[in-house]
Amino acid sequence: MTDIAIVSYAQAPMVRDAGCANEVELIMPVINEALQACGLARTDIDFVCSGSADYLQGAPFAFVAGVDALGAFPPIKESHVEMDAAWALYECYLKMLAGDIDSALIYGFGKSSPGNLPEVLSLQLDPYYLQPLCPDSVSLAALQARAMLDAGRCTREQMNEVVINSRRQAQKNPRAQLRKPVSQEQLQAEVDWIAPLKKSDCCPISDGASALVICRESQAREMGLPYARVVGMDHRIESHMLGFRDLTDSPSARNAAKSAGLHNNIEAAELHAPFSHQEILLRQSLGLSENVDINPSGGALAGNVMMAAGLDRIGSMAAAILRGDYKFGLAHATSGPCLQQNLVTILEAA
Amino acid sequence: MSSNPNESAGPVTMMQAPLYLQYRFTAGTSSLSFLHAIKRGRLIGRRCPGCESVYIPCRGSCARCGVATCDNIELTDEGVIDKFTVVHIPIPNNPIKPPFVVAHIRLNGADNAFHHLIGEVDNDKVKLGMKVKAVWRPESEWDYGLDNIRYFKPLGGEHD
Repeated sequence: MTDIAIVSYAQAPMVRDAGCANEVELIMPVINEALQACGLARTDIDFVCSGSADYLQGAPFAFVAGVDALGAFPPIKESHVEMDAAWALYECYLKMLAGDIDSALIYGFGKSSPGNLPEVLSLQLDPYYLQPLCPDSVSLAALQARAMLDAGRCTREQMNEVVINSRRQAQKNPRAQLRKPVSQEQLQAEVDWIAPLKKSDCCPISDGASALVICRESQAREMGLPYARVVGMDHRIESHMLGFRDLTDSPSARNAAKSAGLHNNIEAAELHAPFSHQEILLRQSLGLSENVDINPSGGALAGNVMMAAGLDRIGSMAAAILRGDYKFGLAHATSGPCLQQNLVTILEAA
Repeated sequence: MSSNPNESAGPVTMMQAPLYLQYRFTAGTSSLSFLHAIKRGRLIGRRCPGCESVYIPCRGSCARCGVATCDNIELTDEGVIDKFTVVHIPIPNNPIKPPFVVAHIRLNGADNAFHHLIGEVDNDKVKLGMKVKAVWRPESEWDYGLDNIRYFKPLGGEHD
């Protein structure tokens, strides 16, 4: 148990192409919205941490330029992770536990529209054996889906159910990119894209940004702010070599969840599954029961802003708890090919 | 004598793994107004609604206040030398022969400075605070870039 409170979360609409907006123009509205929503001033924030990757938009040092959105004067304490901003939150979480800071602003942004995202993501692979072959992220996920189907860990119909649920949930989320309802029949009739994956099994490519504010519970109470309590957070990573892994299981997600404080009363889970079979894999690896509400925001299949989508899972779950929808929730974030690295956050109503 | 053939081949110290990525890069909404203006030989900055600072070129925010800049402000092509240095090292593929002066120019009415070259003056005569004016390339050569300005020269000759 910690005394860390999520007091604010803001998300820009997820879109296929944010036009000519640069990183500052993407970030600034969500930062201002997140701060205004909780009433904390910039000068009240002890630490700022962001998650982004310049390769997405092909702009060197975009992560540095993004600091222009912060109003960093007088000078601020600031850090960055070349990862999803869920890991930026994790850095802040550790600094809170260590007593270094009492509040933090976390933001993530991704503008994938200028490049060819599946190809850009091959840059995250092992540089000696895999990267020179330039396998794209969808093809690697398709290998995993094939392994899942062949091992009997999921069926085509179950993958369709994941897509149907995502679209159904996303209809409540005005910021979701894909909200059009689909039926089992429509999905069955859809042609393969990168077999066995169909386009509907894959998250869309999204531009966007998100921001989240944390502080001490005592401060949230003093300010009269509603908040979601962070019970625990942890992350684990698996081998860089895909051939060394059992692609049909996620021990890293399981271990992270255990360490973060996973318990049997979880009512809802936001799972960062960019591909339909990965949601099934995560539910199995985490041992989530049938009663757990999955991805009330629509999840990554309804919009997947690289470097923000993991933070979005945490922010969306916190927001659902703040709305009173759930008392206990789990949020998961992933990074790397085929769910290589997994971060789990356990949240509860204050 | 080695039993491992790889050992006798020696260590691998280099491998080539070329990778090409293509991007449809975008400059940003506020940069757009600057670029469209300079194509027409005009200089457009933007004002912060909070502290009223004017930035050129502007990237869409006041980095000091953290708020979006608002109105476009047209500036003249005259300003002062904020900082400068004399470059003595030849830069590969740069047609300019050293030594030459690179300066931060703050245009009149602007609150930030940008990089440019200084010309039509001896390097040892360049001073901080010196008033300068842009020397433009011929209009037929104008494109979307600050190099539409060839360099800045001291206003009113070599003396300030």
